[in-house]
Amino acid sequence: MPDWIIILIKSAILLLVVVTTFAYAMLAERKVLGWMQLRPGPNRVGPWGMLQPAADAAKLILKEDLTPKSADPLIYRLAPFISLLTAFSVYAVIPFGADGSGTWAIGNVNAGLLFLLAITSLGVYGITLGGWASGSKYPLLGSVRGTAQMISYELGMSLSFIGVLILAGTTSLDGIVNAQAKWWFFVPQFVGFLIYITTAVAETNRTPFDLVEAETELVAGFHTEYSGLRFGLFFIAEYVNMLTVSCITTLIFLGGWNAPFGLGGLHVPGVIWFVLKIACFLFFYMWLRATLPRFRYDRLMAFGWKVLLPVATLNLIVTAVIVAFMGH
Amino acid sequence: MRKNLYNVGAILRGLSITFKYMFAKRPTIEYPSVKKQHAPRFHGLHELRRYGDGKERCIGCELCSSACPANAITVIGAENTAEDQVSPGERHAARYEIDELRCIFCGMCEEACPTDAIVLTPRFEMADYRRGAFIYSKDRLLVPAEAGVGTAPDERPNGIPSDLGHVADVKSTVDITAGYGATHRGEILKTERRGLAG
Repeated sequence: MPDWIIILIKSAILLLVVVTTFAYAMLAERKVLGWMQLRPGPNRVGPWGMLQPAADAAKLILKEDLTPKSADPLIYRLAPFISLLTAFSVYAVIPFGADGSGTWAIGNVNAGLLFLLAITSLGVYGITLGGWASGSKYPLLGSVRGTAQMISYELGMSLSFIGVLILAGTTSLDGIVNAQAKWWFFVPQFVGFLIYITTAVAETNRTPFDLVEAETELVAGFHTEYSGLRFGLFFIAEYVNMLTVSCITTLIFLGGWNAPFGLGGLHVPGVIWFVLKIACFLFFYMWLRATLPRFRYDRLMAFGWKVLLPVATLNLIVTAVIVAFMGH
Repeated sequence: MRKNLYNVGAILRGLSITFKYMFAKRPTIEYPSVKKQHAPRFHGLHELRRYGDGKERCIGCELCSSACPANAITVIGAENTAEDQVSPGERHAARYEIDELRCIFCGMCEEACPTDAIVLTPRFEMADYRRGAFIYSKDRLLVPAEAGVGTAPDERPNGIPSDLGHVADVKSTVDITAGYGATHRGEILKTERRGLAG
């Protein structure tokens, strides 16, 4: 079979898996939020509410697709697709299992981590442009916040990766996971790990950094004017981004598909470990959302510039010095 | 620095609280498949009762209508005749209408009624699409002859009719198992009103 057919099949499978994960991550989030707030969560559609995602999809598809008079029609319509496209294209380079032959990834890119950083940073354009093109005040405030927020956390996030890169000596995601066969990087790079999981919340625009949506202040933030499927696309993008940052955290800091706690003797396929780790991380983000109130706009920026950036820099310098004098 | 560390502690404490509540017992009653247990004397939809021989209790005296603070009750009385003895004695209610949208469910009609004819039942599901449907006349208020005589509030076994559905296992404001007798006022009323009811 020619390569491009294999890649096409892999992409189709991956797309299905990611979209299904989105649907059930959303249901799981509503369930977990419900339980933590002493509610049962959605349980009316199908057993345990298992068909709720289908009901939601049907609702979103049937809703009217509104475009405000003052909106910039082209960019307004394009913005959700920018969000979705960047959210999905990340999966082109994420390896899901022990690779080498390239079975578990669509493309094994040498500069995989740089590709991830570049693409995930583009995601904010969907938010910024969508809010800007809506021609309405609350979306505009949301998109301005999105831009400022991105500049504040992105530096700390990128710097938190570099410690890992120094330890692994490669930017290939495969290589980084293989370098963690003995020690997962969250042990030697604990500070970097903390910085990443903090900035990852900001990256996905979720509580406590959901300033671009901030429903108590900005109605619904950047997607106030969006309805029906276009809103649905933003919604999918948010959850897929959540999945993405969980994948990245697992790959970079939690040993990817390596078995935890010396359970490697069980011969469980690496994919299972990978999925379990991602599931834990998804739960962690839901847990955070149920617990923490939203940051104030200026405090997020102060936190990004005055805490995350200096600490990440310090972490980088210390790692570099240790590796330079003591070797890997 | 110290304050920041304190904040981290606060976040961890918050996370532990939300995690703990994830496994706590939820107080949700999944209405409508499960219903809350009402107090025995819950003020719901009205009911016109009968005597054991099937005769209507209402004598058309209009005391409920005069007692009603919301002017929700309309009673038009008529004479009983020898051929058509609707209620014991001389008069009965030819028309008896309650506008349940006006009604404030205070129970003053029940208090005013000299023959214990009008009572408030624990039924509360009266939703409808038309305003006209909320004017309940005798055809819906009166207990059907084949359905017995109706239950006085102080005679209700557990405070809720059995046909209302599955009742939630949630403690109400009164002790349900003890029923009406759980309250002191209930005991008094039981002895006071038995005479009339009998």
